[in-house]
Amino acid sequence: MTMQIAHSGPLISSDARARAREALTRDNLRTEPKAVRIAIITIAITFLTVFVVLPLVVVFTHAFSKGIAAYLAALAEPEALAAIKLTLLVAAISVGLNLVFGLVAAWAIAKFDFPGKTFLITLIDLPFSVSPVISGLVFVLLFGAQGYFGGWLRDHDIQILFAVPGIALATTFVTFPFVARALIPLMQEQGTQEEEAAISLGASGLQTFFRVTLPNIKWGVLYGVLLCNARAMGEFGAVSVVSGHIRGETNTMPLLVEILYNEYQFIAAFAIASLLAMLALITLIAKTVLERHLDEGEDASDH
Amino acid sequence: MLTGGLVSAIAARRRTLPGFGLTMGLTLTWLSVIILIPLAGLFLKSLELSPEQFWNILSSRRTLNALRVSFGLAFAAACVNLVMGSIIVWALVRYRFPGRRLFDAIVDVPFALPTAVAGVALTALFAEKGWLGAPLAALGIKVAFTPVGIFVAMIFIGIPFVVRTVQPVLQDLDPEIEEAAGSLGASRWQTIIRVILPSLAPALLTGLALAFARAVGEYGSVIFIAGNLPNVSEIAPLLIVIRLSEFRYADATAIAVVMLVVSFVIIFAVNRLQRWAQSRIPVR
Repeated sequence: MTMQIAHSGPLISSDARARAREALTRDNLRTEPKAVRIAIITIAITFLTVFVVLPLVVVFTHAFSKGIAAYLAALAEPEALAAIKLTLLVAAISVGLNLVFGLVAAWAIAKFDFPGKTFLITLIDLPFSVSPVISGLVFVLLFGAQGYFGGWLRDHDIQILFAVPGIALATTFVTFPFVARALIPLMQEQGTQEEEAAISLGASGLQTFFRVTLPNIKWGVLYGVLLCNARAMGEFGAVSVVSGHIRGETNTMPLLVEILYNEYQFIAAFAIASLLAMLALITLIAKTVLERHLDEGEDASDH
Repeated sequence: MLTGGLVSAIAARRRTLPGFGLTMGLTLTWLSVIILIPLAGLFLKSLELSPEQFWNILSSRRTLNALRVSFGLAFAAACVNLVMGSIIVWALVRYRFPGRRLFDAIVDVPFALPTAVAGVALTALFAEKGWLGAPLAALGIKVAFTPVGIFVAMIFIGIPFVVRTVQPVLQDLDPEIEEAAGSLGASRWQTIIRVILPSLAPALLTGLALAFARAVGEYGSVIFIAGNLPNVSEIAPLLIVIRLSEFRYADATAIAVVMLVVSFVIIFAVNRLQRWAQSRIPVR
């Protein structure tokens, strides 16, 4: 019991402190013996350290194992720069498409009632449960040489597979649900009163959306874009299937990590990997900050 | 009375806010173009196979072994995640310890870290000369380039699913139920098994299903550490990629369809579980 109190410093919310104080006044009905508590905390910390912290640390130690100069040289390789550029381009396309889709879908789903809503949300969620490899395969079956549109594309000299459009399509597929899923619950919770007021005061639909709805959901939009972007830049399986691995042309950063690693160019592989790991860490920090904003917004609307 | 008011309120809402037709039309169109038509294409392609061809592909030794490796190890890893995830959730929600918030944030790393990065990092860590691989090798345990490596990667990728599904439910659990059980003479262990565990059951099963689904389809974090020996350490998604590179589209399609159907069954089960969970939320 005393241990719970001792560590509730200024970082712990007043809510938690109140809870701790309340727990003190009650009996030991809701906790375990100290030895059990310590054992559980130790197991949790050890597990997370071995499976999550150490892999992250390994990436950076390997990347810098031959010094900063070697690290920077690996990143300055034309192949690396091409991969970084392609990754940014593909992420921009798929995040842009999914942002527009997410806003449109969330408006239809959150602001109106219609039958089959749950089913529609399940369909939007589908890419989360499809193997990345299958997400790439479906586009090979559509646009590949033997695919349904393969012949037509060849006749019209349009390249989708093994080129940017195919990579962008596969990435859009895997990141499809992120923005919509971030916005739908948020907009459902906010209801339609503010929008209805704006409309009855003579605002047009678009004015209402940009002046009333968008300011209310801006943190949610940012949250969805953040997660969508992280996945778009890091996607490996789906992109691997449609990219064709043309060096300097259709290799994104994750694909280049694979190629360099398989060629035993470990410094270069881990240097690129470290950029992606940094992206993941920055995403997580930004996510934590945004979640605080979103919680505050929720509290504000509660009162 | 109440229903009448509700219906007219819904009707009024429909009338006042514009854009339903347009946004719904765009949503369905875009959903069809990006998700539904490509997935339907896969099923259509599999229909080109006769049942006999389909069966021959699936019952070939290599396919069966790949499916066995993927499903078997994914289930084992999901079970480990269920146990370890529960312990982590318990520590994060119920106890205060230094670094708690940091460890809470770290749980999401497998979500955020690109799978290829996770793959090379886990391989480096568990290779025979790696930080963890070396001491394990001294004990005679080989992890990297064996099925154990696949198991390790699947545990890594699945852990946030259990934690993030169970955590909010444990946080919202009504403390009075536990106190009542305790003051009625139940031991702490009895309270946990008979009172807390049943309340968490839907969330635990959902977490298990999500971790399993993710691990079955996982590719990037597994293929580096797997060794990829046919019949031994070759996962089903990798076999799809190999068949594609050999232009054996029928084989790739057949394996993919089996995996997709399993995914759909899991989605259905998870939806059911969530409905079950919602129907039994204790009123605070």
